[in-house]
Amino acid sequence: MTQPRTLFQKIWDSHLIDTQDDGACLIYIDRHLVHEVTSPQAFEGLRLSGRKVRHPERTLAVPDHNVPTKDREKGIEEDIARIQVETLDKNVAEFGVPYFPMDDIRQGVVHIIGPEQGFTLPGMTIVCGDSHTATHGAFGSLAMGIGTSEVEHVLATQTLIQAVPKTMRITVEGELAPGIESKDLVLAIIGQIGTAGGTGYVIEYAGEAIRKLSMEGRMTVCNMTIEGGARAGLIAPDETTFEYVKGRPMSPKAGAFEQAVEYWKTLASDEGATYDKEVTIDASQIGPYVTWGTSPEEVGPVSGIVPDPADFADQGKEAKYQRSLEYMDLKAGMKITDIPIDRAFVGSCTNGRIEDMRSAAAIAKGRKVADRVSAMIVPGSGLVKEQAEQEGLDKIFIEAGFEWRDAGCSMCLAMNADRLAPGERCASTSNRNFEGRQGRGGRTHLMSPAMAVAAAIAGHIVDVRDLDQEN
Amino acid sequence: MEKFTQLRGVAAPLDMVNIDTDLIIPKQHLKTIERTGLGKFLLDELRYNEDGSEKEDFVLNQPAYRDAKILVAGDNFGCGSSREHAPWAIEDFGIRCVISTSFADIFYNNCFKNGILPIVVSPEDLENLMDDAGRGSNAILTIDLEAQEITGPDGGTVKFDIDPFRKHCLVNGLDDIGLTMEKVDKISDFEDRRAQSQPWL
Repeated sequence: MTQPRTLFQKIWDSHLIDTQDDGACLIYIDRHLVHEVTSPQAFEGLRLSGRKVRHPERTLAVPDHNVPTKDREKGIEEDIARIQVETLDKNVAEFGVPYFPMDDIRQGVVHIIGPEQGFTLPGMTIVCGDSHTATHGAFGSLAMGIGTSEVEHVLATQTLIQAVPKTMRITVEGELAPGIESKDLVLAIIGQIGTAGGTGYVIEYAGEAIRKLSMEGRMTVCNMTIEGGARAGLIAPDETTFEYVKGRPMSPKAGAFEQAVEYWKTLASDEGATYDKEVTIDASQIGPYVTWGTSPEEVGPVSGIVPDPADFADQGKEAKYQRSLEYMDLKAGMKITDIPIDRAFVGSCTNGRIEDMRSAAAIAKGRKVADRVSAMIVPGSGLVKEQAEQEGLDKIFIEAGFEWRDAGCSMCLAMNADRLAPGERCASTSNRNFEGRQGRGGRTHLMSPAMAVAAAIAGHIVDVRDLDQEN
Repeated sequence: MEKFTQLRGVAAPLDMVNIDTDLIIPKQHLKTIERTGLGKFLLDELRYNEDGSEKEDFVLNQPAYRDAKILVAGDNFGCGSSREHAPWAIEDFGIRCVISTSFADIFYNNCFKNGILPIVVSPEDLENLMDDAGRGSNAILTIDLEAQEITGPDGGTVKFDIDPFRKHCLVNGLDDIGLTMEKVDKISDFEDRRAQSQPWL
C-alpha cells in the first residue's frame, strides 16, 4: 500500500527528473510566464552562451509592469521604460516566444492572463520571474516566483534545480460572513502566520471556506501566499476549477479535456496525508481587514485601532512597529476608521479580475468619490476590461468619479506613471504596503476591492458594511 | 560566477527586521536591461535624501563602512519580490555575504546564483555579530565557506549550516545551466514519457 500523499507531493513526484546524492532535485517546468522587467538579462545570457529557448511553446510573454494605463496609443513616455518593453519585443521575436504585445487585447498582468487563456492548468509546474506567480496555485498547480538567473535556466532547459520544501496546510473552517471577501481572508491569514510564517514551506489551503470560493477568490488567496513568506500556495482542483478552465483558448479541447479532468481529479491530497505544519482558521470570525503598517503582517480588523508598539516589545517588534507608524504618520490608539485617504487603487494581480471589478462596482453604484480623493480602477487585462464594459461596469465607475484605465500592474508597484506623491495615503487592493512601494514616501493601506471603493467614497477608511450610515 | 571560498572584510550592521526587496532596490531601478551598475542604488531610500544627497548617519555612508563586504541584518531579510536586482545591487556594491536569522526563500536562492553567500545564524549569534559589526573599521569578520565558520574580530567563531549542493556550486563557481545541460538526455526521456501520459500538455 502506498503512503498517502499531499497535493504538493503528487505534483512534485510527477515532475521529478533527477535527484542527486546531495539532495538537489531537477524538476520539470510545464509553463513559463515572462514579462519585461525580469527577463532582459536572461535572454542576454542565452545570447552570450549561444543557447536557445528549449520550448518556446511552453512559454508566454507579456509586458505589464511598465505599460501606461492611459493614452496607450502614445506609447511609453519614459525612455528607459520604453527600452525595456522594446527589448522584450525584440527578444520574443528572436527566440520565437508567443507574445501578447502592449496593443493586443489579450495583454494584461501576467498572472491574470495565464488563467484567462487556459495557459494555467491543474497539476502543472508554473514559474515566472515574479513572486506573485503563487497566484496560479489556485488551480492546484505548483506555481512559484523565480529570479532572473532561474528564468534563464528555465528558458534553456525547461527545468529548475530545487530543494524539497516543507509543507503546511491552512484549513479555513466555516463560512465567510456576507460582504467579506477572499482578500479579507488572506490578510487575516497573513496576520496570523506572519510575513515570514511560510518561509521554507509550500502552503495548501483547504477547508469549507476555501472550497466555496470562486476561482477569482482562490487566486487572490494564493496570490498573497508570498506575503506570508511561502513561495507557493495551492488549492486542490475541483468542479469549480474544471468549470473555469473549460473552453479557454489554450485549454485542452474536447476529448483531451475529459481525459485531463480524470487525471486532475486524482490530485487532491489523500486522506491521512501529513504536513510539516498545520494551521486552522475560523472563517466566521473574519471581518474586513486593513493594513496599518508597512508589512502585510501589520494588519487588523477595520473595527480596530492602530496598535501601540510598546505592547509588542516581548515579540521583538517594537522598533519595527514604531518605524512603521512614523512612516505611515499614524498614532497608536487611533481608530482605523479615522484614517483619511487621498487616493484609491483597485487592480493588480491580486484584485484585477472580473469578479473584483463587479465587487467594486456594486459599492460604487449610485455613489460618488469624496472630493478629497482621486481614485482609479485598473482592470487586470484587456479582456477583463472588455467584459466589464460589456456589463456596463465602466459607466458605474465613471459616474461615481473613478478613472477607468487600461490594463497593467499600474500603481501596485508604480513602475509606470501611476504612483503616489510623497505623503499621499492610498486605499489599495494591491499586495504590498512596503515603504515606497506605490511611490517614494507614499502610504499604502491594503484592503479588498469593496473596502477600497468604500474608502474612496467616504474619504476615509470605513467598514464597507457601514457605508450607508456615513452619508 | 566568481568562486566563494574565504572572505575577510568589514561587516556593516543593519539592525532592522523585514528588510524587503523594495527597500534593497526600489522599482525605479528595475528598468535596466543590464545586470551591473546597481550598487550605487543599493538601499536607495535609506541611503539618500530626496535631492540625491547622502544621508550622513546611514551606515553605508559612514567612512568605516563604505567598503563593507559583509552585511549583518535583522530577521526575514529580502522578503517581497523575486527581483534579482536585489542581489545584483548587493554584489555590485561589493558585499558578498549577508548574515541574518532568516531570509526570504526567493532572495536566498537568488544570492547563490550571484556568488553571494547568505548565512543563517541563531538570534543569539546575530546579536553578537551585530555588536561586532558596530565596531566601525574594526568590524572585521572572516567567512570561511569550506569550514562553514565565521570568525569575529576577537577570534570567536560561529558555525553555520548550508545546503551541500549550493556550497559545492559557490565554492567552485559553477554555472547551474551548464550542470543541468549535462542531464539533457534525462530531460528528453522525461518529456517523451509525459507526452504519452499527459498528451494535453
